[in-house]
Amino acid sequence: MFRNQYDNDVTVWSPQGRLHQLEYAMEAVKQGSAAVGIKSKTHAVLAALKRAPSELSSHQKKILAIDDHVGVSIAGLTADARSLSNFMRSECLNSRYAYDTPLPVSRLVAMLGSKSQIPTQRYGRRPFGVGLLVAGYDSMGPHIYQTCPSANYYDCKAMAIGARSQSARTYLERKLEEFPENSLNDLVKHALRSLRDTLPSEIELTTKNCSLGIVGKDQNFTIYDDDGVTDYLAMIEGEERAHPPPADEPAEAMEAQDDDTPAAGPADPTVGGPEVMDS
Amino acid sequence: MEAGMSCLTNPPPFWKNGPQPGGIYNFPNSSATHSNTSESQRSAYPIVTGTSVLGLKFNGGVVIAADMLGSYGSLARFRNISRLSKINDSTVIGCGGDYADFQFLSSVIEQRVIDEECLNDGFGFTPKSMFSWLTRVLYNRRSKFNPLWNVYVVAGYQDEQPFLGYVDKIGVAYEAPAISSGFGSHIALPILREEMEKNTNMNENEAIALVQRCMKLLYYRDARSLNKYQYAVITKTGAAIHGPVVPETNWEIAHLIQGYE
Amino acid sequence: MDSQMNELYGNNGPKQVHFSPYAFNGGTVLAVAGEDFAVVASDTRLSEGFSIHSRDTPKTYKLSDKTVLGSCGFHGDVLTLTKVIGARLKMFEHSHNKKMSTSSIAAMLSTMLYYKRFFPYYVYNIIGGIDDEGKGCVYSFDPVGSYEREAYRAGGSASSMLQPLLDNQIGFKNQEGATVVPLSKEKAVALVKDVFISAAERDIYTGDAIIVQVVTKDGVKTEQFPLRKD
Repeated sequence: MFRNQYDNDVTVWSPQGRLHQLEYAMEAVKQGSAAVGIKSKTHAVLAALKRAPSELSSHQKKILAIDDHVGVSIAGLTADARSLSNFMRSECLNSRYAYDTPLPVSRLVAMLGSKSQIPTQRYGRRPFGVGLLVAGYDSMGPHIYQTCPSANYYDCKAMAIGARSQSARTYLERKLEEFPENSLNDLVKHALRSLRDTLPSEIELTTKNCSLGIVGKDQNFTIYDDDGVTDYLAMIEGEERAHPPPADEPAEAMEAQDDDTPAAGPADPTVGGPEVMDS
Repeated sequence: MEAGMSCLTNPPPFWKNGPQPGGIYNFPNSSATHSNTSESQRSAYPIVTGTSVLGLKFNGGVVIAADMLGSYGSLARFRNISRLSKINDSTVIGCGGDYADFQFLSSVIEQRVIDEECLNDGFGFTPKSMFSWLTRVLYNRRSKFNPLWNVYVVAGYQDEQPFLGYVDKIGVAYEAPAISSGFGSHIALPILREEMEKNTNMNENEAIALVQRCMKLLYYRDARSLNKYQYAVITKTGAAIHGPVVPETNWEIAHLIQGYE
Repeated sequence: MDSQMNELYGNNGPKQVHFSPYAFNGGTVLAVAGEDFAVVASDTRLSEGFSIHSRDTPKTYKLSDKTVLGSCGFHGDVLTLTKVIGARLKMFEHSHNKKMSTSSIAAMLSTMLYYKRFFPYYVYNIIGGIDDEGKGCVYSFDPVGSYEREAYRAGGSASSMLQPLLDNQIGFKNQEGATVVPLSKEKAVALVKDVFISAAERDIYTGDAIIVQVVTKDGVKTEQFPLRKD
């Protein structure tokens, strides 16, 4: 079988000018369950789909609090996300200790970018295998940032990452104009609807598989799980689902993450294209 | 036997007119000098000093003032130095104590302001963050027994509110509506407080006039002060340092003060 | 003769100013535990020598909905210590997904103080709050971390005036045939006000105002009362 010569280490370029290890790491994000982030003029909201690796285990946490004014939703390797969030938490604590001021979200994400870049350029190291949606509120207003294993980060109006997140992005793009003026409840509804669009039609959002993170003006970052999301789920219950998800995305992606098949690698031009490497 | 014992416990000197075995050797013309103090004393005292800084909140802003003298002990050594420093449009700091330490910290702050401007992300020092940072820096230096021998008064305008804070060389810090460091805390502060109690809603002009009156008073009473000062006003429209101001003085009644010759 | 002249005119060569890393900024803190509440109080004066820095600097610090810390002594250390405690509480919350209990905060504070045993925080700390059983509790500390749980304790500049009063009024010490009645919240707050008024009469480092924080299962309520300002 064809074996790629240029994917043994991150520091080796392919003749096409690509770093395959980085692109594999980007794939790890797509294996993780979906997460959505959107913002209005006053609030930023995260919504995420939680997975239970087996019947015997509980659902994995998908949204983590970083500080009173920031939280993240993760897709990819949970362990990497925990190490990154430890870093973010300590940076936020340092800012409050030294300056008595919450760390500006843009600076926090820039620090994260600088940290993530290092293992993309060092022999024998691997990039972080996790993508984050960072929701925060500071004196410049609410923010949604997306970060990638490639150490790229983007300031977003709205974004979705993780498995089958294209459907969510489609929804978000269609409703983009509404978000800035949305009330908090409407914003949460949009987040949940777009998250629901990543699900196959036979699966619904439940209090078990979904969690919310909200931050905004006069509201500290708060995570809503289990019974906490009941009221929010009720707001979109019984609505007609937008459209069935495209057939080429397998429904098994909803099941446990199998991480020893980087099958749909960059060899397949339709998946994991170099979009994240550019711009 | 006894002679042998005394030899062991009390041996005769190996040689005379030299250092004892195990003693510290000091070779002639050696540049290495041995300090007889165990701990290092760093900037354990101030050299060129500035005296009081005054600060006063009013309705819609803050005013702070400091004279322009750098004293060398009792010598009026430098007569035209600025002890106020504008950080940005919302923050001004005033400094008393060692002037070299102030210049050092000013250059650190200036570099930080430049670095932050380069980020161009809309964030910079605020009065509150500058105050907190100064508190941490001064406290950490005192904890290393290497203090910056200063008192800082931070004045600014943030979140539609005037800000006025005090930090000293060991990290004692507080906010108050009227602040004075040094000798002014005995002479000027009681007057500032009294006037604030009489007029709880002072406007900008009244506050400036009051601070100017106190600066003149301090020139009469503080032997380490000068009749040339600057003052800064910070409101929501920005921060500006005014002066130098050289107030008129009147010594007509000076001859009545007798008995201290 | 020369030495006399030098003493008189201070002409002894270069003048060495002594650097002391500590100052005493005064202030009094007090905490009383009741059956299902705790009262933590402090004055709001910040002094140094014969000068008053500020008349409005409370020395009580709300650490959580169940815990309030009273902290006074060297204000630089107070500021640093309370900042570090705040950071430690947040770290705990992140890693354990719950708030730190009052007894755990007390144990943590003890180790934080002892960690600096040979360059101590010059700070008198008293914690008041609700314990894991929902009962009122008070923990008092010395500056290097020795601590114990008590029913009431005063700390800081007027502690030696307040403590005997509390012994008598809350502990029923030196009373013959007194009936021991449980302390009500209203009685505790009234008593705290009274003892602070007395302290302000005699202690120059206590005055201006008193902050009373009442901790119950429903959270922390804050009241402020004026004291003499001279």
